[in-house]
Amino acid sequence: MLSIKNLQAKIEEKEILKGINLEVKPGEVHAIMGPNGSGKSTLASVLAGREDYEVTGGDVDFLGKDLLEMDADERAREGVFLAFQYPVEIPGVSTTNFMKTAINQIREHHGEKPLDAVSFLKVMKEKMKLVEIDQSLLSRSLNEGFSGGEKKRNEIFQMAMLEPKLAILDETDSGLDIDALRVVANGVNALKSKDNATIVVTHYQRLLDYIVPDYVHVLYKGRIVKSGTKELALELEEKGYDWIKEEAEATA
Amino acid sequence: MEKLAGQKVLESLKERFQAFETSINGHSNSAAHQVRKAAFENLQTKGLPHVKDEEYKFFNLTRALEKNFDFPQSPSPAAVETDTVKKFAIDGLDAHTLVFVNGVLSAELSDAELPKGISIDHLQEAFNQDNVELFNTEAKFEEDAFVAMNTAFAHNGIQVQVEDKAVIEKPIMLQFIGASNEQNFDYQVRNLIKVGKLAEVTFIEKFDTLSEASSFTNIVNEISVAEGAHAKYYKIENDSANTYHIANTHVSQQKDSRFTSNTIALNGAMVRNNLNIKLQAENCEAHMNGLYVVGNKTHVDNHTVVDHMKPNAYSNELYKGIMDDKSKGVFNGKIFVRQDAQQTNAFQSNKNILLTNDATVNTKPQLEIWADDVKCSHGCTTGQLDRDALFYLQARGIKKDRARAMLLHAFASDVIENFEIEAIQDYVEAIITARLEK
Repeated sequence: MLSIKNLQAKIEEKEILKGINLEVKPGEVHAIMGPNGSGKSTLASVLAGREDYEVTGGDVDFLGKDLLEMDADERAREGVFLAFQYPVEIPGVSTTNFMKTAINQIREHHGEKPLDAVSFLKVMKEKMKLVEIDQSLLSRSLNEGFSGGEKKRNEIFQMAMLEPKLAILDETDSGLDIDALRVVANGVNALKSKDNATIVVTHYQRLLDYIVPDYVHVLYKGRIVKSGTKELALELEEKGYDWIKEEAEATA
Repeated sequence: MEKLAGQKVLESLKERFQAFETSINGHSNSAAHQVRKAAFENLQTKGLPHVKDEEYKFFNLTRALEKNFDFPQSPSPAAVETDTVKKFAIDGLDAHTLVFVNGVLSAELSDAELPKGISIDHLQEAFNQDNVELFNTEAKFEEDAFVAMNTAFAHNGIQVQVEDKAVIEKPIMLQFIGASNEQNFDYQVRNLIKVGKLAEVTFIEKFDTLSEASSFTNIVNEISVAEGAHAKYYKIENDSANTYHIANTHVSQQKDSRFTSNTIALNGAMVRNNLNIKLQAENCEAHMNGLYVVGNKTHVDNHTVVDHMKPNAYSNELYKGIMDDKSKGVFNGKIFVRQDAQQTNAFQSNKNILLTNDATVNTKPQLEIWADDVKCSHGCTTGQLDRDALFYLQARGIKKDRARAMLLHAFASDVIENFEIEAIQDYVEAIITARLEK
C-alpha cells in the first residue's frame, strides 16, 4: 500500500529525514517511535504533504501512485489521513460544515454524488458514537476552545467520517489522560480493517497497549535505526532510548 | 498668500456657486442659504485637505479630484432604466426603495407608497419652504472640507421624520446610482434624518455607478436618534473602479437610544467613510460594524469617532478587511470618554487579511479617556491567511481554492452575522465568493 524508499526532507536548510525506508501493507499497524527531535512528526507531515518541508530525495508510492507529486488535498482525497499532533483552531468554521465540504469534495473526486443532508447526518451520528463526541461540540467553531482531549477525539471523529486507507496518527496520545486515550484508541481500533493501514507515531509505549502494532520502528536522527515487533516497544519503555542511540552511533 | 490645497477644484466650484446664487434669487436670504454661503466661504478660505492634514494623511482625495475632475455646472443625471435599478438592487430584500440618479430622487423609479409613521421630503422642497431642521446641526462644515463642500452644493437628498413610537417594519432603502453623460461628474447629497422617541427604523444606503467615467460622490448624513429610539443604518458601497466616494455620517443619540451602523465597502477608486457618533445622554448603545473587501487599486479608508459624553453608555466596534491585489486600507477609530461618562463600556476591534504582498493596511486606534470608572479595550491585527489552517483543511481533502474561500468567509463571518438582514448577508457572501473565483 505504502512504499517509502530513501526519503529525504529538509526544512529551512535543516536536513531532518536522511533516508527513510518503510513498507506498509493493507491491514497492518506500524508504530514509529523515537526520541524527541528524531524526525517522527516530520515524517508524518511530509507524508501528508505539508509545504513547509522540502523533499530532497527518495520516492513514496501509495497504491501505485507517486504520493510526492500530489498536493496535500489530493493525497487526502486518495485516502491519506493525518491526525494532527496540534489540531488547528479555526473560528467561524464548524466541524459539521467542514466535514460536509470535505466528504463531498472526496466523493466528487471519486465520481460520486454529494451526500444529501439526511444521509450525512446519519453517518455523522453513527461516527459520533464511536468517539463519544457530542453534537454540540461539532456545531461549534472547529477546535476553538476545545480541551486537548476534545481536539484529539475530533481528529478521530474526522478520520471515522473520511474512512481513509492510510491513517497517520501523529502523537495522538500526547497530553491525553488515560480515559481519553482509551476512547481515542477504541475509535482507531474500530476503524481498522484488512483493507486499511495505520501508522502510529508516538514517543511513549503506553498508546501501544491499546493500539497494538504489528511492527515497531525506531527513528533516530532522521533514519529508521531499528525495527521489530511490539516487544521492541516494551523494551524501549523499560530501557529508554539511550541504548538505541549508542547502537546507532556505533554503527554510523 | 500661500496656495491652498485643491486650488483648481476651488476655482471651478466658485463658478458653480455663483451660477447657483443667481438661480435662486428669491431664496438667497433664507437661513439655509446663509449657512451654505458660510460653508462656501469656509471652503474657499481653508481649501481642501492638505497632504499633511492628519485626518487625510493616508487618503489624498484632493490630488485625485484635481487630476480627474472639472466640476462643471451641476451634472445632470443620465437616463436610467428600471432594469438597471434591478441590477443594482439586493436580491430578496424586502424594502421601500427610493432611487436617486446622480443624486436626484427619481419618482418614476422609486416606490410610490411609504409606510405610516414616516414622512420623507425632497431636500429641495424643504429648502424652498425654509423648513430644514437638522441642516448643519450634527455635521459641522467648519470641521471637514468635504462637509463644507457638501453644505455649499448639496441641493439633493431627503429630509426624513420618523414619528414618535412609529415602528417601521420594512427597511427604507436609498439606492444611489451614479450616472451622467458628462465626461466626468459628481453628485452631492445631504440626508437629514430625525428618528422620533421610541421609534424603530432601518435605513439602507446603496451606492453603485453606471458609468466607467470618473465620478465623485460626496454625501453627508445628519441623523438624530431621540430618546428610546432604535435606528439601524446600513451603507453598502459597490461603485465602479473610477468612482471617488466620500461620506460623512454624523449621529447624535439621546437617552436609552440604540444606533447600529453597518458599513460595507466593496469597490471604487477611493472610498472614505467618516462615521461620527455622539452619545449625548445616559444609557445609549452604539454598534459599529464594518467590512471592506477590496482588490485592484481600491483605496478604502474608514474613520470612526464615538464620543461618550454621559454615563452608562456602551459602544462596540468591529471592522474587518480583506485586501487583495494592490489595494490600500486605512482604519482610524477614535473613542472619547469624557469625564462625565462614568461606567462607560467601549470596545473596538479591527482585523485585516492581506491576500498579496502588495496590499497594505494602516490601522490606528485612538482612545482618549478622561473618566476613571470605565471599561475600554481595543485591538488590531493585520496578517496573511493562516497557513496552518489552510493545510489543516487541505489535509482533509478540501481543494486549496475552496479552503481559502472557507477561511475568508469564516474570517468575515462574525461581522456578517451582525448584519441582521439575511438578504444583505447573502449579498455580501456572494461577492466574497465571486471575488475569490475571479
